[in-house]
Amino acid sequence: MIAVYLLLAVPLAGTVLLAWRGDRPEAGRLNSRLNALALAASVWLAIDVLINGPELSFDQLLYIDSYNVYLVALTAFVGLTTSVFSGPYMAHEREIGRVTAKRLRLYYAMYQGFMLAMYLVLTTNNMGVLWVSMEGATLATVLLVSLYRTPESVEAAWKYFILCGVGIAQALFGTVLLYFAAEQKLGVGGDALLWTVLHDHAAQLDPAILSLAFVFLLVGYGTKIGLVPLHQWLPDAHSEGPTPMSAILSGLLLNDALYAVVRCKMLVDGSLGTHLAGNLMMGFGLLSFLVASLFLHRQTDIKRLFSYSSIEHMGLMTFAFGVGSPWATFAALFHMTTHSLTKSAIFVTVGHAAQLAGTQRMDRIRGLILTQPAIGWGLLVGTVAIAGFPPFGVFASEFLVLVATMHDYPWLTPLLLLGIGLAFAGLFRHIQPMVYGDVPEGQKPIEANLTPVMVHLALVLWLGLSIPGFLGNWFNQATHLISGAWPQ
Amino acid sequence: MAITELSLYQQAILLLAGLIALTSFLMLGQSRLSRLVLIFAIQGCLLAAATALAASVLNYPHLYVSAALSFLLKGLVIPILLQRLIHRMGLHRVMDTIDHPARVMMAGTALVVFSYYVSLPVVQHSTLVTLNAIAVSLAVVLLGMLLMITRRQAVAHVVGFMSIENGLFFAAVVATYGMPMVVELGVAFDVLVAAVVFGVFFFQIRSSIDSLNVDQLSKLSEVDQ
Repeated sequence: MIAVYLLLAVPLAGTVLLAWRGDRPEAGRLNSRLNALALAASVWLAIDVLINGPELSFDQLLYIDSYNVYLVALTAFVGLTTSVFSGPYMAHEREIGRVTAKRLRLYYAMYQGFMLAMYLVLTTNNMGVLWVSMEGATLATVLLVSLYRTPESVEAAWKYFILCGVGIAQALFGTVLLYFAAEQKLGVGGDALLWTVLHDHAAQLDPAILSLAFVFLLVGYGTKIGLVPLHQWLPDAHSEGPTPMSAILSGLLLNDALYAVVRCKMLVDGSLGTHLAGNLMMGFGLLSFLVASLFLHRQTDIKRLFSYSSIEHMGLMTFAFGVGSPWATFAALFHMTTHSLTKSAIFVTVGHAAQLAGTQRMDRIRGLILTQPAIGWGLLVGTVAIAGFPPFGVFASEFLVLVATMHDYPWLTPLLLLGIGLAFAGLFRHIQPMVYGDVPEGQKPIEANLTPVMVHLALVLWLGLSIPGFLGNWFNQATHLISGAWPQ
Repeated sequence: MAITELSLYQQAILLLAGLIALTSFLMLGQSRLSRLVLIFAIQGCLLAAATALAASVLNYPHLYVSAALSFLLKGLVIPILLQRLIHRMGLHRVMDTIDHPARVMMAGTALVVFSYYVSLPVVQHSTLVTLNAIAVSLAVVLLGMLLMITRRQAVAHVVGFMSIENGLFFAAVVATYGMPMVVELGVAFDVLVAAVVFGVFFFQIRSSIDSLNVDQLSKLSEVDQ
């Protein structure tokens, strides 16, 4: 249990420390060291849970089981690699005068604050605290989106703030309803919002109130997942904020919001005994998946392109969790991992490509492979991976989703295949000229740190070829927790 | 059940619920920004009064903390902060025109009816007071959203946003006798931070578009790129 406290204490201390000294040149390194420490704590925690099973802290505020422990490890890992990339990246932005020393301090402090909120979302046992930390994550990232203070970035941050603030208020209403339902059975007191208690008594909770609550919770946290039609903030926030932030938004925040929805689904399923929650998630997920893959075709900004790709993949995961069979749940968990790793790697390369060309407009980014082969290949391989080509992990997880859908809802498989095809075409028509095309004049190689990209893509490749035993074990246990059965 | 059969406490809560819904409608129709903020402050005070009433009658001491927090944050700190910003930006004479006031009011009424319809399943399990509390708080949430949709000034958006939170707190107090303390404190902290971030944003928006009319924030869109 000490590992959890350590995991939360490190980013808390980091926020204070970097708010104080974040403008120093070594702040980037300090940031990555703090994240390395958090990763070490999360690995310790993961091993602990693997050996001893689920853990509940003595005041019942923190709860770790095999479902959230792998997300904690994933969050810590992506947080670390992105911070390794963000050090030199932000130093470059400081050199060309896009950010001042004061804003650099804000950036690093908010990076740690965001990580703290993410760990708290994942480890808390209290549905109310989960909401509070989700809102805290919004507040931390809103300030990051407007970091460059351009009119566009201010607009994006305002939209993000208003839409996510209003959206997540719906989730609080859902939480209040949940508490209302629980209190009638469990009595007044602090226990009625604890997830472990709620889950044990799910069958006694009133189905009418819970189904009402789930609608609000899905809409609320769905805004953060970026489900269509509540996705409007996502492409703007991703395209206008600093690139490392896009990587952690896509790689972590969306996942954690989906985590919250799935936790709520587990409660509602236990109470209703019907497939209402799953049907709602399938509908929203499929709509997001198809709409986003169409929107991929009409993008002109490289970061907007990949943010729509994030919406598409989050839609697919929501759909798969909605299907709810053991295999679909397994596939969704697996897809969460592969998508996070691939998407954060892509945003790192995209950041370098945009710095290389001095713009985010795709028609001005050309011939990356000739100017700086590492970035060009990184982008190409990353896109191949995210588009779902074998042998990368995304292929394996998407294939599993397809197989699971084929089993339960065969008439929906053509729609999924259509979406995957559309997304593939949308990505490659833009990527091909950027990677190959003729080199425009005045394009010089920049100092790029592509180690995070290599590590991520290598991991995705490995996951595509074989799932390591301990990870498969986690996925199996988490699937068992969520869907109530082992994948056969 | 006739209203006279209810206990005095329940009647008082119903009165406060009605008043809170009324302030939401007043906000919807108020086009002068500083008065909008004033009505918001009144709503915050009503919320604090409802919380304090519940605390004393039902004997839940931790609700006093929540009442004090509501009064301080929603009744005093945030309205004063907003008023000062309005004056510093010279917005106290600005009228935020509403395009079709009658239609907005009718939409608001429809939302209240809709809220009662949605909360009907809850009625079977609880008293008149809880039904009203849940329906009114849902109505306040939806009316806050309507306020944000129909206005152009950033200040009005903030007021709408904060009144949504008021509606949620009202539900939490009357239907469930307050959320657990740790949640209550966390939410209050988030609201406070959000208010500060809003203040920062007013200056950023004004320096980027020279006004707080957020209709002009329309550079980013998927249409006609």
